[in-house]
Amino acid sequence: MQVPILKQGHFVIASIQSALTDDDLLQLRDALVQQVGRYRSRGVIVDVTVLDVMDSFAVRTVRDIAHMTRLRGAETVIVGIQPDVAFAMVQLGLKLEGIACALDLEEGLAYLDQKTKNSARRGY
Amino acid sequence: MATEARVTIHSPSDIVTARQQGRRLATQVGFEGMDLTVVATAISEVARNIIEYARSGEILIRVVHDGGRRGLMVQATDEGPGIADVEQAMLDGYSTGKGLGIGLPGAKRLMDDFEVHSSPGRGTTIVMRKWLNVTD
Repeated sequence: MQVPILKQGHFVIASIQSALTDDDLLQLRDALVQQVGRYRSRGVIVDVTVLDVMDSFAVRTVRDIAHMTRLRGAETVIVGIQPDVAFAMVQLGLKLEGIACALDLEEGLAYLDQKTKNSARRGY
Repeated sequence: MATEARVTIHSPSDIVTARQQGRRLATQVGFEGMDLTVVATAISEVARNIIEYARSGEILIRVVHDGGRRGLMVQATDEGPGIADVEQAMLDGYSTGKGLGIGLPGAKRLMDDFEVHSSPGRGTTIVMRKWLNVTD
């Protein structure tokens, strides 16, 4: 199931709608890296609110998304990790060190606004 | 109501099926909230191991009773290359595949019981259980 990617201003938002297979995750990664170029985005939000499991593959892919989009000049923020999922991730030993996370979409947008403000000014 | 499920693991989409079945049966046992996520995540890791190392195998999930307690048993079986050094495979960060090397030790931390039976060349069987109320 393909993840819809919406453009909002300087940002792109990937809003995951259902459980994803490994292939779906990889497709999302590749699509986001492409879209950052197409829309000249400065920020990426990956909304994982509906995911009831983030296993090692999902976490690694999210990490790759953040690193790859950064290499393309965009900041990524992961939003909506649920309390149970956070618990299981910690037990499993999975970390998202160096990767921005925010409570929800609203906080994620606020984070990116702040984060990209300076570079946006430089653009003028 | 069926108290067990068998999921053949051939492709990555079977991993999703296995953890959904696990969640369903865990609900039947009486697990709630966080425990459901924990069980589903552990199943995801052992199913992923099958795909990564053996390419195919089977996950059996069953509601179990032991004395007065109830729980969920998950058995992951494959006929892959087996694990030469189980002790080493249980160490965090150790991987011979492309994974993060946290699958087995991570799954062990998520569950109450965890056993690995493996013989090189013959395959691997992992049995793990989570008991209701043991961790509360």
